[in-house]
Amino acid sequence: MKHIVIIGNGISGITAARHIRKNSDHKITVISAESEYFFSRTALMYIYMGHMRFEDTQPYEPYFWKKNRIELIHDDVLSIDFDSKSLNFKNNEVLVYDDLILAVGSKPNKFGWPGQDLQGVQGMYSKQDLESMEENSKGLKQAVIVGGGLIGVEMAEMFLSRDIPVKFLIRENSFWGGVLPQVDAELIEQHMSKHHGLELIKNAELQTIHGDEKGRVESITTKAGESIACQFVGLTVGVTPNVDFLKGSSLEIDRGILVNPDLSTSIPNVYAIGDCAQFRVPNGLRRNLEQVWYTGRMMGETVAQTVCGKSSIYKPGNWFNSAKFFDVEYQTYGWVWNELKEGEEEFVWKHPKKEILLHFVFDKTTLIFKGINNFGIRLRHEVFDAWLNDSASIEEVLANLRLANFDPELFTTYEKDIVNAFNQQFNKNIQLASKKWWRSMLKAR
Amino acid sequence: MKAIKKIGLYVFLLGLLFFTSLPFFGKFTISQSQIETELTPQELDNIGEELIRSLSGKEFSNSTSIAHEVISIYELKNEELKANQEWDKVMWTQSSAFAMKIAQSANESGVTKSPWMYFLLSFGLGIVGALMYIIPDVVLLGPAGIKNNGIFQSTATNRGWIGMLTFVYLVSFYIILYFYPYMMINQINLLDPLKGLFIEGEKASQWFLYGFLYCTVMIVMGVKMLIKYRHSKYQIVRTFSVIFFQVVFAFLLVEILPIFGLPGVDLKSAWPLDYDFLFDWNVKSLLDSGNFGKFAFVWGLTLSIIIVPLFTYFYGKRWYCSWVCGCGGLAETLGDPYRHLSNKKMKAWKFERWMIHAVLIFAVVMTIFTGYHTYNELNSPDMQEKDILWGISSFDIRTWYSFLIGSIFAGVIGTGFYPVFGNRTWCRFGCPLAAYMGIVQRFKSRFRITTNGGQCISCGNCSTYCEQGIDVRAYAQKGQNIVRASCVGCGVCSSVCPRGVLKLENGPEEGRISDNPIIIGKDNVPTLNL
Repeated sequence: MKHIVIIGNGISGITAARHIRKNSDHKITVISAESEYFFSRTALMYIYMGHMRFEDTQPYEPYFWKKNRIELIHDDVLSIDFDSKSLNFKNNEVLVYDDLILAVGSKPNKFGWPGQDLQGVQGMYSKQDLESMEENSKGLKQAVIVGGGLIGVEMAEMFLSRDIPVKFLIRENSFWGGVLPQVDAELIEQHMSKHHGLELIKNAELQTIHGDEKGRVESITTKAGESIACQFVGLTVGVTPNVDFLKGSSLEIDRGILVNPDLSTSIPNVYAIGDCAQFRVPNGLRRNLEQVWYTGRMMGETVAQTVCGKSSIYKPGNWFNSAKFFDVEYQTYGWVWNELKEGEEEFVWKHPKKEILLHFVFDKTTLIFKGINNFGIRLRHEVFDAWLNDSASIEEVLANLRLANFDPELFTTYEKDIVNAFNQQFNKNIQLASKKWWRSMLKAR
Repeated sequence: MKAIKKIGLYVFLLGLLFFTSLPFFGKFTISQSQIETELTPQELDNIGEELIRSLSGKEFSNSTSIAHEVISIYELKNEELKANQEWDKVMWTQSSAFAMKIAQSANESGVTKSPWMYFLLSFGLGIVGALMYIIPDVVLLGPAGIKNNGIFQSTATNRGWIGMLTFVYLVSFYIILYFYPYMMINQINLLDPLKGLFIEGEKASQWFLYGFLYCTVMIVMGVKMLIKYRHSKYQIVRTFSVIFFQVVFAFLLVEILPIFGLPGVDLKSAWPLDYDFLFDWNVKSLLDSGNFGKFAFVWGLTLSIIIVPLFTYFYGKRWYCSWVCGCGGLAETLGDPYRHLSNKKMKAWKFERWMIHAVLIFAVVMTIFTGYHTYNELNSPDMQEKDILWGISSFDIRTWYSFLIGSIFAGVIGTGFYPVFGNRTWCRFGCPLAAYMGIVQRFKSRFRITTNGGQCISCGNCSTYCEQGIDVRAYAQKGQNIVRASCVGCGVCSSVCPRGVLKLENGPEEGRISDNPIIIGKDNVPTLNL
């Protein structure tokens, strides 16, 4: 029996702990400076909006940890002595490990803007960020959010739920331009500005944040010289691995902790997973830093196998992700880039009135389906995963689209319109297959 | 819009205040001849004189005071008769029902003279005000989508003071309705003209008031539900369905059938929720009511024994609980703002399993006793002690069942506690029909909530808004389908999910329960049953 210590109780660390427990009798300790128990970071916005209480974001009841012999320490690790395999806590205590898993997550980016440490300037990542956002909301008349990405939208939704006006500064000329194709971004922009009164300011970058005599933000200036009065500035221009406390140690670090395919680091018995892990060699088309809920979970699953003696490499399957932009749900399966890559073709179907859009990408010559972005309609993960694994053609995907519909029962379906539109655009004659039970189709493969 | 909403709130509160104040006012006098017509010969013989001496010519200022006087006379006499063992003279009507009859006859309050005006000032203002409060939400709450902003911050829905006030009001209402109905005489009488539309000259009873109020509340709060969930066709159709079954089957048909001399039965009510189905008076009244009565009896049996399990096999228990049932209908309309208050802890689930199955067993045992009694009544009318089985009287059992389960659990706790324990307290912990269908749903059904591969982000919206207290997230985050006896299929977990992870559906039994699924993404690493 060895002592496995996990620093970080987010989805990566906790997934690792659960899998280690299931696979072994090792002693497990999970350390977090942020919170006593695991909670779902993705749900923080719902606390602010009054949809949930903090305890509702905790997937496991407190008894769970004792029952599963997972020890929890709510404290701050100041430094790690890799030679003696020991951790030094804030209160001078020391903990010795046999295996160490670093799941320390990340922190909001700050790019050295003047005034970035004023009161009322913050990111949105941790429980503490939520608490300070609550505090900063008092008497708030105008908020500015910098950075058009997922966290920025969440923050905007949070403020607008309390009728606090938001100005949203976006560096690119379209929302989440590094990820979403233009037409997809337009749908979201429309939705946010038309239906929710969000003020989008595109091609705008933050220059300076100005404070008042009490040290609280009172305005910002953009690079174009525009000045905006505000009492809050949300910095949501991405996150960066939370590894400052490891700098200067013998652990190899670039932006994140450098890891090998099996998530081991430059030091034996030390692993890194989740937001803070940076792959020396990226996996396929993925980024070398993957800061997504799902990938954190998968890394946790993988590292657990390895530390329990069954060496495994991180081999994520087909890319998938999801988000919600106010009322519009978004899912993606496979790869849809913001701009078509060489040899790719696309087919976009947009509902004439409603905010529903499907964006298919496939290979121009082989017609192999590459990926889809879907908005305002739910699609079945299992079916798309199988299509991607089998290199199904776009024609097969469209013909069987009914199998992939995951909208609730009684919802209007659009498969017919979609296939007709495709046939017309590409001069094809795909016949929409009737809806058999989707499982039988999967089994037949 | 905000102004309309605000005015609506005041108008509603005015109507509510008026309605609530009615028991405290009025004029109640009764004459000798009235007493003589209201009383049965036995009652007249027992307490006629006494009643006439102490009541006639006297004026009471509210229904409660006259009722109390009647009850004390009635009970005093009964005790005396019992003490003297004059069993043939003892009166078996409940004293509150007897008092009700007298007080209703004695009512000379304003409401008896201009009931329509009283109706407009109470129900009228209440309905108009509530709709003025609700309908502006179409604009105020923004475009269609999830509308849960501020739920845990509002004192009406987070067990704050408005919630607690509502709780006290609802509980008081049910206690009065079941045990002190004579306090509501004025409120009942304001519906007399409405009752008269069905059968001319017939006066409303407390059950007519309750039925009418029930339908009204469901329709008004149904409008709120429809606005709130207008992005979901499933919720829209379902809301129309519950309102339809309540208004048509539980109310209109029950009132209309007697016009044609037929028994006013609620044809959608299935045993064991309809626990008095095999009571002797029910069976007798059905069998004595010609072909329709016989049909209703056979229909009741068929519904409970064949249709309920069959439909549950195909569609899950939702076909009843959240599409047809009246209790469910109220929970899904009036109760919707409280759905997040259900307890999601493991302890609550354990308690639930004990409790609901205990009630089911109680219902079955009670039915065996009453069935035995009814059978004897029909087949051997001359038999002695027809109600006694294994030394226990079926009357005792059914009285206890009616009191504990029928009144206290289903009414007082089931609905009164909406603002405290959430809107499905009865359905989750107490309903024997839900328990019965739950067993079918868990072990032999095509219904499940499918989890969409690996898309769950463990946010907890599904669990938070599950009115049945199911920890939906615990399954979804493992990539596991949700197959639970208690799921009533309201579909709200699927609606509130921000990532499109949950879908209620019916399909082959094979693969319905996924015990140790693999989350899509990282191949070959099963998620774990922890």
